[in-house]
Amino acid sequence: MDLTKIASLALSTGIFFFVVWLVRERRLREKYALLWLCTSLFVILLTVSRRFLEVAALSVGIYYPPSLLFLVGVLFLLMVAIGQSVTLSRLSESNHNLAQEVALLRKQVEDVGVGMGLDRDGDKDKG
Amino acid sequence: MKILAIIPAYNEAANIGAVIEDLKSFRGDLLVVNDGSTDATAAVARSLGALVISHPFNLGIGGTVQTGLRYACENDYDYAIQFDGDGQHRGDQVFKIVDLVQRGEADLVIGSRTLPGGYKMGITRWVGSRIFHCLIRGLAGKTIEDPTSGFRCYGKRTIRLFSRFYTDDYPEVESIITAARNGLRVVEVPVLMRGRLSGHSSITRRKSAYYMLKVTLAMVVDAMRGRDLIEES
Repeated sequence: MDLTKIASLALSTGIFFFVVWLVRERRLREKYALLWLCTSLFVILLTVSRRFLEVAALSVGIYYPPSLLFLVGVLFLLMVAIGQSVTLSRLSESNHNLAQEVALLRKQVEDVGVGMGLDRDGDKDKG
Repeated sequence: MKILAIIPAYNEAANIGAVIEDLKSFRGDLLVVNDGSTDATAAVARSLGALVISHPFNLGIGGTVQTGLRYACENDYDYAIQFDGDGQHRGDQVFKIVDLVQRGEADLVIGSRTLPGGYKMGITRWVGSRIFHCLIRGLAGKTIEDPTSGFRCYGKRTIRLFSRFYTDDYPEVESIITAARNGLRVVEVPVLMRGRLSGHSSITRRKSAYYMLKVTLAMVVDAMRGRDLIEES
C-alpha cells in the first residue's frame, strides 16, 4: 500500500465517521445523512480498488480514469447544490407562511382579548 | 360592502400618522401591516385607531401586502385597496381606483402616474417601466402604462387569488401577469401622487439591475403557468 492510498483511505473513512457522528449528535437528519454516507462509501470503494475506476473509465471510452472521477464528482455536486436550492426555496415558503399565520393569529388573539376587556398585554383594564 | 385599506409599513413611524390622517374620510377599515419595524410604527398606528398586524420579522413588501389580503380574505371583505405607508399615495385619489371594482367592472385596478393627469417619474424608473410595459403586452396582451405602481384596488376574486399566490420581493409587475393569466380584469386609471414625505425608495440604483432581471424571469415563468385553482366562496 502506497502513501496516497493510505491518506485517501483515512480521509474517506474519516468523512464516513464524521457523518455518523453528526447524525448521532442530531445535527444532521438521516434523510441527508444517507446521501453523504453513500458518497463516502463510494469514495472508500474507489481508494480500495483502483481497477474499479479504470474499468469504468475505459468502458465509457475515457482513457485517463481521473477525468471520469472529476466529471462524475462535479455533476454529483451540481445535482446536490440544485437539490439544496429546492429545499431552501421550500423552507422559505413555509417560513413565509408561518410568519403570516403567526401575525394573523396574534391579531385574532388580541381581538378576542379586547372583547374580554383585556389590554394587549393580557392584563385586565382598570376601571 | 366591507372595504379594507391595506397599508404596508416598514419603519414608517414618521409618516404613518399623516397617512392615516389622509385616509380619515375613507369609508372602511384601515389595516396597517407592520413588516417587522424596529421603530414605533405599530404603536403610532394603533394609537390613531387603525387595525394593526405585525410580522414577527421582515418579509418584504410582497409578503406584507399578502398578509393584508389574507386578512381581507379571512374576514370576508368585498374589496381592498393598497395604500403605501410612506405618504406617496393620496387619500383624495382613492375613489378613482375603487370606482370600477365597486361597479363590478374590474377585478384589479392600478392607479397610474403616467396616464394623462398623472405625474412625472425619474428616468431610471421610466426606462424600467417601459420595459415592463412591453413585456406585459407581449405576455398578457394588456397595456399597462405604470406597472410598478403600488396604488391598487383588489376585488374579491383578486383578493382570493393573491392571498394564495403573491411574490415576496418586487411583486407589483408579476402580479399583473398572475391576475391576467387567471382571467381577472386588470384596468388602469390615472391618479395623482406626491413625492415621498421622508425616507427613500426601496429600490436603489445598485439593486435595479437585479430587480429588472428577477422580475423579468418571474414574469416569463409566471406566464408559462396554467390557471391557478381559486375555489369559489
